[in-house]
Amino acid sequence: MSRTAWLRLAVLAAALAAPFVVADASHLNLLILVLMAAQLGVAWNLLGGYAGQVSLGHAAFYGIGAYTSTLLLLNFGVNPWLGMLAGGAAAALLSVAFGWSCFRLKGHYFAMATIAVAEIVQIVFTNWEYGGAAVGLTIPMSHDGWAWMVFAEKRPYYWIALGLLLATLAATAIVERCHIGYYLRAIKDEPDAARSIGIDIKRYKQIALSLSAFFTALGGSFYAQKELYIDPGSVLSTALSIKMSLVAILGGIGAMFGPVAGAVVLTTIEEITRSVFGGSGRGTDTIIYAALIIAIAVFYPTGVLGWLRGRIARRNARRAHGARVEALR
Amino acid sequence: MTAEILVQTLSSGVLIGLIYALVAIGLTMIFGVMDIVNFAHGEFMMLGMYASFWLFALFALDPMLTLPLTVLMLFAFGVLLYKLVIRRIIDAPMVSQIFTTFGLMILLRGVAQFLWKPDFRSIENSWVSGAVKLGAIQLGRPQLVAGAGAIVVTIGVYLFLHRTKWGAALEATAADKEAAQLMGIDSHRMFALAWGIGAACAGAAGGLLSTFFPIFPEVGANFILIAFVVVNLGGFGSVAGAFWAGILVGVIEVMGGLLLGPQYKTAVVLVVFLAVLMFRPQGLRGKA
Repeated sequence: MSRTAWLRLAVLAAALAAPFVVADASHLNLLILVLMAAQLGVAWNLLGGYAGQVSLGHAAFYGIGAYTSTLLLLNFGVNPWLGMLAGGAAAALLSVAFGWSCFRLKGHYFAMATIAVAEIVQIVFTNWEYGGAAVGLTIPMSHDGWAWMVFAEKRPYYWIALGLLLATLAATAIVERCHIGYYLRAIKDEPDAARSIGIDIKRYKQIALSLSAFFTALGGSFYAQKELYIDPGSVLSTALSIKMSLVAILGGIGAMFGPVAGAVVLTTIEEITRSVFGGSGRGTDTIIYAALIIAIAVFYPTGVLGWLRGRIARRNARRAHGARVEALR
Repeated sequence: MTAEILVQTLSSGVLIGLIYALVAIGLTMIFGVMDIVNFAHGEFMMLGMYASFWLFALFALDPMLTLPLTVLMLFAFGVLLYKLVIRRIIDAPMVSQIFTTFGLMILLRGVAQFLWKPDFRSIENSWVSGAVKLGAIQLGRPQLVAGAGAIVVTIGVYLFLHRTKWGAALEATAADKEAAQLMGIDSHRMFALAWGIGAACAGAAGGLLSTFFPIFPEVGANFILIAFVVVNLGGFGSVAGAFWAGILVGVIEVMGGLLLGPQYKTAVVLVVFLAVLMFRPQGLRGKA
């Protein structure tokens, strides 16, 4: 095996074993939040990074996932694992309407149309009695254990979140390696050239969107099972849509592990500001969080990975230069 | 549904639409001149509302009297924001621009909450309180004055853009930055001017709204969404387009509220917006 393969295996083993080492429940919760944010960022990246379509309405899919599994569970006793898949399917279905209405738009127009779609979904759920309206839905703790995806302790949630992240990364890896990935990058960089060699642009954008919607919805169902309570504000808000894209962009758009790096940075910033400044009740944490977002967007527009790559490239260039000088002596 | 209710609803739709237009004009100008979508635009309006409120609460100055001051303060704020932040992201990728102005939005809301608490505030008994009876229909005087104010400001901005040298320079920068620069137009100055005027329009809208609308840190949230719709429908960068689209959106909103219930009025606007985008991605007035 190559060095990177060993490295990945080591990281995976460490990630799997982490809950045995991290005893503190709040630290473990932070890790779960990082994994959840990373999974959403990776899912967003399928559309935003690879196909270059900046969606600011992904909370619609997340909410559909959360609501589908929860409503199925509460009204028909459907197992949440099945409900999760149903939620993914429902989101993928909705994404066809989403794509149909938004894909003929470009750039800013596309981004704004996606906000509008998500906002409509939020308004509908806020007023829909069957869906709990503004009050939200509560999942009872009566059945717990792996079969019902409800746990009294945090560790199982950690492993499920990790599993979801790995599944989403695996889907990304497959897309990256097969023809879809090449087509998507062609569509992103040179749409006219892509069309001229016969790539059906709309179809491939839609494939990326459906995959992205499916995995985003899985994250939503998981959130519902973890929090045991959902309402439109927590699973359908525009702020949530923005956060998903922010994770991907902070990390480095269009790179497989970019969103993971972004999730680590963003979630850590969020939680630290909340625990240090959140107690005041005056929104100091929000101010610092926003200031950091602005600073990162202004000073590091290529994201964490872009910044790291730049550093590595500079270091390698220096080394190569040093070696040349050495050889000349 | 009687004719009175219809006329009453339509007129209040036009009046709120004029305010939407005023908010959207600032947004469309900034976009038209430099291709940046300002997510913090609703917060400019919020700051205008608070400026009116505090001048009223602390010095007992009427919002109508202090309107020019509010507009000037917001103009200065817009220019300052451009010089401090926006200037650095002109050539950045679109996503960085979105996140910068989005971050500004959260930041300004947070600052307002920090300084002025999340409470709802209102201005009671201003000069324009009361209602006006026109035949069978009755309209609030603050709304009428706000609508009239919005028309005046819009005409002012329109004349400034189309009748002055500064306006021509702005248009030139919007059309082709490099060519304008070769003609000796400093594009940074033009961008700063666009941000100043954009913020000033939002501030004017805030000042006019403050006499009849609750004032709170997140008040901009509803308006920014509507303003995006107005800018899209009117065509990015078009002041006249934003004006008519603003009125249209105001009317659609109140009619939607009347027919389906007030909780769905925003949804109706958004559905119409998506439907229009589908058939005319360039907006209602734009050329294909």
